[in-house]
Amino acid sequence: MKVLLSWLREFAPEIGVAKAHTPAYLAETLSDLGLAVEELSILGGGLEGIVVAEVLATRSHPDADRIQLVDVNPGDGQALQVCCGAFNMSTGDKVPLATVGTTMPNGMEIAQRKMRGQLSNGMLCSAAELGFGDDHAGIMVLQAGLEPGVPLAEALGITPDVLFDLEVNPNRPDAMSHLGVARDLAARLGVPFVMPQPKPQTTLQSVTDNAGDSASLRVSVSISAPDFCRCFAVRVFDNVPSGASPQWMANRLMALGQRPINAVVDLSNYVMFELGQPNHTYDLDLLPDGELGVRMARDGEQLETLDGTARILIASDGVIVNALDEAVGLAGVMGGASTEISSNTRSVLVEGACWDSMTIARTARRLGLRSEASARFERGTDPDVIPLALDRFGELAVALGATTAGEIVQASGNRPAPVTVRVRPERANSILGTDLNAVEMAQLLEPIGFTGAENVSDGDYLDSSSPDSGNLEIRIPSWRPDSADEIDVIEEIGRMHGYSRITPIMPVTQQAGALTTRQAECRNLRALLTGMGITEVMPLPFLASGDLARAGLSDDGITIANPLVAEESIMRASLRPGLLKVVAYNAARRATGVSFFEIGRVYLAGANRVPDEQEHLAVALAGREALAATMLWQRLARHLALLEPTVVNQSRDGLHPGRSGLVLADGQPVGVLGEVDPDVLAAFEIAETVAWLELDLGVALATNRALATYRAPSKFPSSDIDLAFVVLDEVAADEVACTITQAAGELLVSVRLFDVFRSQQLEVGHRSLAYTLRFASPDHTLTDAEVASARQSCIDAVVATHNAIFRT
Amino acid sequence: MSEPNQEPQQPLVSLGFLDSGLLDLGIPEDLLDTVCQQVAAVSSLAELNAVRIKVSGKRSELLKARQALGSLEPEARRQAGKALNAVKAAVEELLATREAELAAAARAEKLVAERLDLTEVTEPLQHGYLHVITQTWQELEDVFVGMGYRVAEGPEIESDWYNFGVLNFPEGHPARDMYDTLYVDYGESGSTLLRTHTSPVQARVMENQEPPIYVVAPGRCFRQDTADATHMPVFHQIEGLVVDRHISLGNLAGTIQAFTVAYFGPSFTSRLRPSYFPFTEPSAEFDIQRPDGTWLELGGCGMVHPNVLTACGIDPEKWQGFAFGFGIDRLALIRFGINDLRELWTNDVRFLEQF
Repeated sequence: MKVLLSWLREFAPEIGVAKAHTPAYLAETLSDLGLAVEELSILGGGLEGIVVAEVLATRSHPDADRIQLVDVNPGDGQALQVCCGAFNMSTGDKVPLATVGTTMPNGMEIAQRKMRGQLSNGMLCSAAELGFGDDHAGIMVLQAGLEPGVPLAEALGITPDVLFDLEVNPNRPDAMSHLGVARDLAARLGVPFVMPQPKPQTTLQSVTDNAGDSASLRVSVSISAPDFCRCFAVRVFDNVPSGASPQWMANRLMALGQRPINAVVDLSNYVMFELGQPNHTYDLDLLPDGELGVRMARDGEQLETLDGTARILIASDGVIVNALDEAVGLAGVMGGASTEISSNTRSVLVEGACWDSMTIARTARRLGLRSEASARFERGTDPDVIPLALDRFGELAVALGATTAGEIVQASGNRPAPVTVRVRPERANSILGTDLNAVEMAQLLEPIGFTGAENVSDGDYLDSSSPDSGNLEIRIPSWRPDSADEIDVIEEIGRMHGYSRITPIMPVTQQAGALTTRQAECRNLRALLTGMGITEVMPLPFLASGDLARAGLSDDGITIANPLVAEESIMRASLRPGLLKVVAYNAARRATGVSFFEIGRVYLAGANRVPDEQEHLAVALAGREALAATMLWQRLARHLALLEPTVVNQSRDGLHPGRSGLVLADGQPVGVLGEVDPDVLAAFEIAETVAWLELDLGVALATNRALATYRAPSKFPSSDIDLAFVVLDEVAADEVACTITQAAGELLVSVRLFDVFRSQQLEVGHRSLAYTLRFASPDHTLTDAEVASARQSCIDAVVATHNAIFRT
Repeated sequence: MSEPNQEPQQPLVSLGFLDSGLLDLGIPEDLLDTVCQQVAAVSSLAELNAVRIKVSGKRSELLKARQALGSLEPEARRQAGKALNAVKAAVEELLATREAELAAAARAEKLVAERLDLTEVTEPLQHGYLHVITQTWQELEDVFVGMGYRVAEGPEIESDWYNFGVLNFPEGHPARDMYDTLYVDYGESGSTLLRTHTSPVQARVMENQEPPIYVVAPGRCFRQDTADATHMPVFHQIEGLVVDRHISLGNLAGTIQAFTVAYFGPSFTSRLRPSYFPFTEPSAEFDIQRPDGTWLELGGCGMVHPNVLTACGIDPEKWQGFAFGFGIDRLALIRFGINDLRELWTNDVRFLEQF
């Protein structure tokens, strides 16, 4: 919402008068009121050197298509050649000319220069170039009556002004108008605010009161959807001028970024920006019997709106209908084409209404039709401002030459009853952290229309225990439909008091702050992984259709109903596609052999109201083979003190069938590891091998852990022996080690595979596995016999269990 | 090779052994000088051992003299024995000294041979990097944990109820349009969505925990935004929630200020400006003022709306609370001087390695 300081001052003339009221201070004050100033512009400066010029002739440029040559009279009657990139002006038009030597509002210096060999003595300006709003479309064509040579500022009656671009929150419908902003600002600044009194004022003619007299009023209105339409009022004007609106009005609208159209449209907009009441104009002659009604649309009903689009309506849309029950407007959103004002219009019917905000919001959203009007109706407008708005329309219309300003004819639907709210001062102080008394609170509220008084008991001290004693009874103003409860009023007290005046005090908690065990462990894991040279990445959690299948996984990710792009239409069911894309992306930029990890959620369909989200860890070790993943798993498992961390060779989807496996902790599957399947690598255009480890952290971190228990290191020397066996390739080294562990007895301290040997001297499909075993006793030095006995048990067990050959 | 001590050794006579009868036992008078010269001549431990055997071995004059001692009279034997011991000790000292010299020389030679240029590193640096978002996320958690908060979590794919309904966004409320929501095909159409903010975690915590509550909830959020320098369809927020007796807007301001100083530094301040969120009232935006006086809009906050407390089963007449939330990613950009949000998601190792 853009507001002009000069316009605000029509409601509160003292705004900006005091020396302290600099534009920056006013902006700060507006922000502190919750009307954040996104941009502050000083207007009316920078027009020095810009004059009214008359177009004498337009000629094509001999060497360029996109620019033309324009001869203008800059006031001395001599033709001056200017090159111009716009083609919207014709001979006789008055246009703004920036003469040579002018500094434009954006700082550009105008000099005499050649464009494609043709001399340009200045520049013709668009509205945007002059700082009037956002209209870049062509040169600004001025009113025909202006004298060439007159400074533009003088010709347009432009005076210095300040423009505030405000961010208005959805709970502030009142601040969608100059009236409302002025009320807030005046209250905070402590200066008077005056409600306008347009002349001539008319009396309200309620149709229900004057049912028999409607013929004399030329119009009649009715409401058959009273919950949707709170109030519907119309007024008729004759002889409304069809030409351009006066320059002062056009200037203001342009400053707000609105392109002036014609007197009727501009007037309608002007009233809306001033008072916040959207209004719509109809050609009265196109309304049979001058009748208008309001009802809900019928499913499938059609209406051609002002933009020329045929709209198909549904039963939750509200429509304005004529005497034949035909829709002539989409209530609160856009007027209909059939009753549009034209140059033939003799009489104009102006309509102002108050609609149910939710209904408007739904219709506007459904049709993608957002307008200045719907933006206001969605927030909720003030039904009490309608007569004022129609009077103001009348005042301005009459000033422009309209001859008749008829009575306002109004019908009412179900208007919400005025709301009075009980406010407990101690509650307000408790919420706000203030120390205000009831009188001070009432004084803060009164200037913004929240009127009321302290509920005083009969003067007897004993009565002060009565529940309402000392409380405020606050009447909510009609322009604040968002306010309905005590907390709403408390917010207003805080807002008008000023948040910056509230003493900041940090609350003290008795709770010890901490991460949960799982959160702390995830942090630990990240530290361990980065310490091992693995870099954390964060791919988008969205996948394209087919990404999961390309990774060799089942293609059943949860789909996004309204994705922006197809590449981001599926929620990942695995971290694998994302991480492989990262490997490919970096490899394509000559970063090969890099290790990456991600800890993130995957989303899976489940039995609950929302999908199952699992926190996974995935590690891609590019350029490494499967055993690197096993070693990584062993490191992680040891770090987390997982019980019995195990790898079971097993073909897993998307991984190399002969180089993949399941990992278990405490007997539970917690993830997979191995090498990414070569076909998958090819699908992701990765040329190096990728070792892979993926854990379901939720499951892994919930398994039982090895408790750290103290055992004194043996004081007696240990004995090491080496054993080597030839076994089938299918027999896992870990299984052999397991057999050794079980057979060796209590004296075994550790068993470690130290050599794997394949040779033609061994039987085909076999290899030799060599282990070092360390034995020790906590209470004596081992005898040769003890070690020999344990050794023999191990040999016997491995030979028997795995059909192994012991290598001597 | 160290220089051996070649100082001439005194003849035994000068040592007062003339009358000891040593010469009679076959010990030459210049024994020490001879040993000294022999020891000096060796250049290795092996050669030194040869000398040792020669001068104190089985066939040495010293051993022969010792064997001959037995034939002497007791008095003469005692005297000669004492002298013999002294000579033997002198010989051994000469040997030991030379041995130490040789050992030192050998060690020095070995160390010189082992000299290494400590900058000759050929292995690539093995270092992993934590993502900047994680770094920022953890710093923020640490600040709030230090202030006594716990860290809560909630689902990223949420129900419409937790994302909007329980947070006082009625069905069809225009405030819902402040969020460009992505919906998923799950359950009833329009009922399940990618959470647009971390605020649903507020409600989940309040439903599951009796006040007092002091939690932060960092997490991933989603909006239907086209990626550009300042927008991403995925982003991270941290939410704070406090519910306790008599919690006020002043407490919120105090908490924001304490956070500002803890995270940004002592020369930063904060302010609250009135704003609107359906789930807080009064609502505010909070801004951070940099030491140069400029302001940074950081996030939204406010007093938990009584409707939200009630919907979560907490009596708003007994408990009051505040909530706040702001973007993590933007703080990461600010902290590291990154000018485009999209950089955070390229996962280009040349980017990641910078932090």
